[in-house]
Amino acid sequence: MSDTLKSLRFTLLAIVAALFVSAFIIVITDIEALGDGNFGKAFSTLGSAYWGLFKGSFGSLRAISNTITGATPLLLAGLAVSSAFKAGLFNIGATGQMLAGAMTGLWVGFAFQLPAVLHVPLALLAAAVGGALFGAIPGVLKARTGAHEVITTIMLNGIASFTVLWVLKTEPFKRPGRDDAISKFTEESARLPKLFGFLGDRIDLLAHTGFLVALLATFAFWWLLRKTTLGFEMQATGLNQEAARYAGMRPKSLMVTSMAIAGAFAGLAGGTEVLGLYGYASATVAGDIGFDAIAVALLGRSTPVGTLFAALLFGALQAGGRQMQVDTDVPIDLIIVLRALIVMFIAAPLLVKAMFRVKGDVQSFGQTFRGWGG
Amino acid sequence: MTAISTPAIVVSAEQRKRARSIGITYLVLAAVCLGIFTRRPGDAGFRISETGQFTLPAQGFAWVLGIVLVALAAAQLLRGFGKLSNVVLALAAATVFMSFLAWAAAGESFSFVGMLQDTVTRSVPITLGALGGILSERSGVINISIEGMLLAAACTSAIAASLTNLWLGTLVGALTGVGLAAVLAVMSIRYKVDQVIVGFAINFFALGVTSFISFRVLVPNRDTMNNLMPVKPISLPLLSDIPFFGQILFVQTIFVYFSFVAVALATWGLYRTKWGLRTRAIGEYPKAAGTLGVDVNKLRYRNLLLAGAVTGIGGAWWPIGIVGRFDQNITGGRGFIALAAVIFGRWHPVGALSGAMVFALAEAVRLKIGNFKTGIPSEFLIMAPFVVTLIVVAGFIGASRAPKAAGQPYEDQ
Repeated sequence: MSDTLKSLRFTLLAIVAALFVSAFIIVITDIEALGDGNFGKAFSTLGSAYWGLFKGSFGSLRAISNTITGATPLLLAGLAVSSAFKAGLFNIGATGQMLAGAMTGLWVGFAFQLPAVLHVPLALLAAAVGGALFGAIPGVLKARTGAHEVITTIMLNGIASFTVLWVLKTEPFKRPGRDDAISKFTEESARLPKLFGFLGDRIDLLAHTGFLVALLATFAFWWLLRKTTLGFEMQATGLNQEAARYAGMRPKSLMVTSMAIAGAFAGLAGGTEVLGLYGYASATVAGDIGFDAIAVALLGRSTPVGTLFAALLFGALQAGGRQMQVDTDVPIDLIIVLRALIVMFIAAPLLVKAMFRVKGDVQSFGQTFRGWGG
Repeated sequence: MTAISTPAIVVSAEQRKRARSIGITYLVLAAVCLGIFTRRPGDAGFRISETGQFTLPAQGFAWVLGIVLVALAAAQLLRGFGKLSNVVLALAAATVFMSFLAWAAAGESFSFVGMLQDTVTRSVPITLGALGGILSERSGVINISIEGMLLAAACTSAIAASLTNLWLGTLVGALTGVGLAAVLAVMSIRYKVDQVIVGFAINFFALGVTSFISFRVLVPNRDTMNNLMPVKPISLPLLSDIPFFGQILFVQTIFVYFSFVAVALATWGLYRTKWGLRTRAIGEYPKAAGTLGVDVNKLRYRNLLLAGAVTGIGGAWWPIGIVGRFDQNITGGRGFIALAAVIFGRWHPVGALSGAMVFALAEAVRLKIGNFKTGIPSEFLIMAPFVVTLIVVAGFIGASRAPKAAGQPYEDQ
């Protein structure tokens, strides 16, 4: 069996294992049915839950559109985590960077009157720059003072969240007639076109061309890693900072650049949410995406293609989870459990091998993150 | 006669940079004092006991302090304070903090002692979580899953305590921590999975499962399964009579006393016992320890389970120590703050405790100051803990060195 097939088989087995464990959780928490000794009901709940999961993610064009809508910010934010991992940095700050990008993108979106051909790219650029500037902060702090990015990005997330809460209530941003943290709408000319716009005016198809932006960003990430000196130096620094320094690279300035690049990806994630999905921003515009993005990057082993597929899988689970919650009384939180289990099982080929009694070698993965660094 | 020459003071570039950044910090603090804290007239009352209080004139205090800080900055930048520089810095920070409080409470009075008491109360889960982090990372296993352990333990201990009693509830919380720590241990030691991945998976798992249980089980059965009386503070005899400090440190719940004892025990254990020496050895250079006959992986298992138990008790603090029930995502990221406290405290229990206190203080201040009409939007008060931690870490802590082997699986030769 070829390596690709082998790793595909392991991925599928890992997903199956995760579905098994979640099934167990669904059944044992069905206290009412189990209390009555009604196992049949518990199992039929399980059946319709998983059917809903599939139906909601791939069962129709609308489901596929929902999957893509969910995957778009996960992919961009996932790239923000992956690209930092490649440079040996642990970027927990995608949430804050997304918020920064969302705000700058939003501002360009409502403050200017431009034709769409200019307005959309300009707003996206603003989102990327906003995210990059905010993302560069932990890079600068680490380069200058040695402050660990795990601490600084967590703190900056908190700072960004509450700053946004405040910004959205200030005069230029706030929506007239509202006192809560919700912004006015962007100009129509700044909105990303719908992805399935060619099918006519279907308002139930939410997917927007932010997905194409995300795909382009994935390609840019691949190109950066494979074809540019900067990408090479980033990876060299990520693997061994000392060796990179001896080779004449400048780890400190690379640190700042890497974090700025990561921030730009995350900023685009925030920008495409505002310009493509909502048309405005609220305090929850970043939600848990920055956090989920860490799982996406871990699952995708920080590679461009891996991150893409991981984001699609997570987007599908999210879309399916919503359907599952509607169809059954199984809460969407199960999706978080499923994601956790998939990440865990995929990271543990030895465990999956033992569970399914698969023979043969397992390819072992290198480490994502080399400890805390010194 | 030989001339006695005083040795020249050797100052590294690193030290000089730090001295300069401290000097700039004084200037910034001075600007804040003169520019902001002088803006509100009136006296601020700091209540320090049931009856006693002292007052600070907000404006006058800020003016004097601002000028003193400028002088300190000049002295620091010109010649430095040598060995005393940390002491001076701490004193300056504490005084600026008082000036901030005086500014916020100008014209009113508030319970200063109550605020500090609240700080100590709120430090418990962060301290215990950080201790769990230190125990595992000192043994060479990265522990990102503190948040997940706290959250899961909070959930199970709430259920167990509602159904039985508080002791069993806390025990179940500790065991939940042990259970998740066992997952971390088996995955990272036996199956050699990337420790950061396992840690994050545990966090997601705990968040998902507890939200799921909360929605599906606890909400429908609120009265029977998620309803308990949290523990009451215990006044320690004699110690609680110490003026001011007695109230802050020794009129607390058993969780606070436990966390103090745990920090003391961990410090003693890590630096004064054979176990501690071995633990630090397997975290720094496991091969050497292994060669000398230490069973590296066995010790890692044991320390991780212990870390899980300590963290689990920290998680039980929410339902049993303060709130009386479990809510979805009740920990709200405190586990990550604990992780920050580990790094902040340079993997030392006492350092982590002080990190936890800084964060808890900022949180307690926010809760108190929120009542005053200072004119600053509440959002900025809420973010204060993050800003403070960021400044402290970037300004004064700087680079910290982690246990060398953290993150690497160990294989017997």
